Parts: sequence; structure tokens; C-alpha cells
Amino acid sequence: MIEVKSISKSFDDIKAVSDISFKANQGEVLGFLGPNGAGKSTTMKIVTGFVEPTMGDVSVCGHSIVSDTLEAQKIIGYVPENAPLYEEMYVVEFLTQIASFREVPQEEIKNRVAEIIKKCALESVQGQIIDTLSKGYKRRVSLAQALIHDPKVLILDEPTDGLDPNQKAEVRSMIKELAREKLVLVSTHILEEVEAICDRCIIIGEGKKLFEGTPSELKAKSDKQRIDDVFRVITTGRPIEGVAI
Amino acid sequence: MINRVCKELFWKEFSSYFKTPLGYVFLVIFLFGTGYLTFEPGRGSFFIMREASLTSFFAYIPWMLLLLVPAVGMRLWAEERKSGTIELMFTLPITIRQAVLTKFFASWAFISVAILGTFPILFTVAYLGDPDWGVIFLGYLGSFLVAGSFLAVGCFFSALSKNQVISFILSIVACSVILMAASPPVLDFISTFSPKFVVDVFESLSVLNHFELMQRGVLQMSNIWFFAVTIGCWLYGNMILLKENRAS
Repeated sequence: MIEVKSISKSFDDIKAVSDISFKANQGEVLGFLGPNGAGKSTTMKIVTGFVEPTMGDVSVCGHSIVSDTLEAQKIIGYVPENAPLYEEMYVVEFLTQIASFREVPQEEIKNRVAEIIKKCALESVQGQIIDTLSKGYKRRVSLAQALIHDPKVLILDEPTDGLDPNQKAEVRSMIKELAREKLVLVSTHILEEVEAICDRCIIIGEGKKLFEGTPSELKAKSDKQRIDDVFRVITTGRPIEGVAI
Repeated sequence: MINRVCKELFWKEFSSYFKTPLGYVFLVIFLFGTGYLTFEPGRGSFFIMREASLTSFFAYIPWMLLLLVPAVGMRLWAEERKSGTIELMFTLPITIRQAVLTKFFASWAFISVAILGTFPILFTVAYLGDPDWGVIFLGYLGSFLVAGSFLAVGCFFSALSKNQVISFILSIVACSVILMAASPPVLDFISTFSPKFVVDVFESLSVLNHFELMQRGVLQMSNIWFFAVTIGCWLYGNMILLKENRAS
């Protein structure tokens, strides 16, 4: 469904992403792990077509993100880091606007927006201006806009960052539910999240892919079953007792 | 080229001026300012000229636009980049070219509404005498084109910096230069270090010269071309900037 073919991206002299490849299919939650600044967000931005790769290509259901960008983007729903929104708009107005941008047929927009508001539990704030919402609600609005056109691929850049424990749990259960019929690509640096929701994970550091496998494979590398020890060894290269890479 | 996304974006942008104070502040200051300057009892003002024409009105239009249009243009891309909503926009099925043109035309339409809001002045001259409607039409056409040129400059600088104040100041400076490119201070300065033909080129780039020809009732295709090329070049620059730095 998604095939990332050795993408690289340089900003001036800095190599943000170098030669990353992977594949992912429907019904899968693929976690993207790495320390801050490792190139997670850049990789996600390349997959969504927001950033052009310096080299390589991404195929989204057969559409190239480089040469057939718009068609590929139609299949993707994206929650960017920090969930930017048009803050001066009302929640319903914003979702209606995104629905029409996303070419949802005019007569279906109203139902679709109502449906998504219910799904993302936004009923109580639907008449409010986005600017006045709490962080948790803003995240949900951002998730709602990403789901409005029922995309096959959902890309979430640190969706639980800055949320309280209850909100984190809600977002995670939502991701799990969505993954039944979609491919979900989620980036995070919270390791417990990987165990909780991901079927497979990729660890990147300094722009390179360092590990690909299931969370249990990752865990098995540590005698004490400590996933954060394994993460530290992989990303820093410094040995920790009881961890074999 | 013009698909549903463009139409939706056009209306979103256009209607945003009427949902935020910006649009109303612009309208009030522009309409009050042009009205006051036209009728104020100073030199060259409407009553002293004693003729049923809008010469004194159009004389102030470029200067009002110089001050106000960069204020409209500065937010177009700087705001999207600063708040990160540019990521939303460019992951929607819309190309950079479509987005740049649509945003430009939506803002141009808003400024045109402001210019059309000066219509009571037409009743005034029609009541006082028998004006030359052709000249007035060209004056308005010229005003739209000057506004479009300044807006294109504003769009460019808005894409250059995330900081709206910086893009505002740079736009005002750039608009002033292209407005007054043929004025003696600018030409004297250019001629201190450039050969004659560069000075001539500079002189021909003056927005004010082209506008004054039009508001006097002279219409040459070269005037229209001048504005079209000015707008086109700055918008093209805008597209290149966005392509390069939208993610930074």
C-alpha cells in the first residue's frame, strides 16, 4: 500500500534523511521511533508530499508522491506535528471547509461532518472557535480533519505529544480502532506507545534506518525485556549490560 | 486548472476578510482616507480644481494603496508558515501554483471591493457636472492594476519571511521603489552607479507613470502589459519561494 523507496532529504548541508526504505500495508500500525531531530517528521512530510525528497520516491497505492502528488495525497489523511489548525474558524466550519477541500460530494458533507464529530467526540465543542479549545480537543479536531475524506492511509506525527494520560489512552484506542481498515503510520518518541499500539516499528537515528521489526522482537533483545534500554543502545551506539543488538 | 479546491479556497480566503477585524479596518481606513484626501481643503483638492473629474481622487489612490495593500499581503503566507497550517494546505490536493494564484485573486478581489466602495464619489461628480466616464473607468482600471501589483509584491515578501512585520516593511519598501521608480531622487541615485540604459529601464518600470497615463484617459496596451508582467513576475517569484522554503 505504501512503499518508501530509498528516500533522502538534505537541507543545505544537513542530511535530515538518508536512504530510508520500508513497506507497509492496510490493517497495520507502523510506528516510527527515534530521538528528537532524528528525521521522523521529515520522513513523514516526504510521505505526505509536503516535502520533496532530494532522492528516492514514495508510492502510495501505486501513485508516486513525486510525479503524481495530488492523486497520492487524496488517499492520505495527515495530522501534522503540533496539530496546526485555522484557529479563527469554528469547529464545524473548519471541518466542513476541509471536507470540501477534500472533494467530499457537496450533498454528503453535512452527514460526513456530523459523523466525524461523533467519532472524534467533538459534540460538546462543535460550536466553538478552535482557538478557544484545549490542547486535547485541538488534537481531536486535527484527527477529525485527517479522517474526513475516509483516507486509506493515515499519517500521525506525534499524535499524543503533550496530552494528559487520559487523552493519550483515548488517542491510542482510536488509533487501534482505525487500524482495522486503514494503514496507520505514527511517529513517536514515547516507547510505551510502541508496545501499546504498533504492529511493527522502525527506529531511525540521524536520518538513517537503524532497526525494523515488531515491538516484541525489539523487547527480546534485552535480557530484562526493557524496550528503552534497547532503544538507547540502538540510537546512541553505547552498550548497556544485558542488551545484545 | 480551476477545480473545486480552488473555488473553495477562493471563498475561504475572500470571506476571511469579513470574519476578522482586518477586513473592516482596511475598508474603513481606505474609504475614509481617500474621501478625506480628495475633499480636504488643500492644494489640488477636489473643490479648488472646480471641475467634474476625479483627478484629485485618483492622485491619492496609489499612496493609500502603498500603505494598506502590504498590510493585506503580509499575512497571506507568513501566517500559514508561522502557524504550520501550510502543512495542512499543501497536503490537500492543491498545487503550489493553484494555491498562490487563488490566494492572490481572493485578496485582490477584496481590495477591489474596497476600491469599488468609493462609488458615492461617482454620484458626486455626476451631480456637479458632466464627467468623462471613459477617463473615470480607466482611472478605476488603473487603480485595480496598481493594487494587484502591490499585492503581488506583498505575496512575494510574505512567502520570504515567517515574520509578518518584516514582510510588511519589505513590501512597503519594494512597492515604494516600483511606485516611484521614475522620480528624480530614485533616478539620480541609480545614475550614480549605472549606465544610462539602466536608468531608462528603471524609469520605464515606474508604476506611477503607467497609472498616471491611465487616469488621464490614455490607454495603451503597453500599460496593461506592464501591470500584467509585474504581477506575473512577483507571483512567479512567490511560487519559487514557497517551493523552496515551505518546509523550513
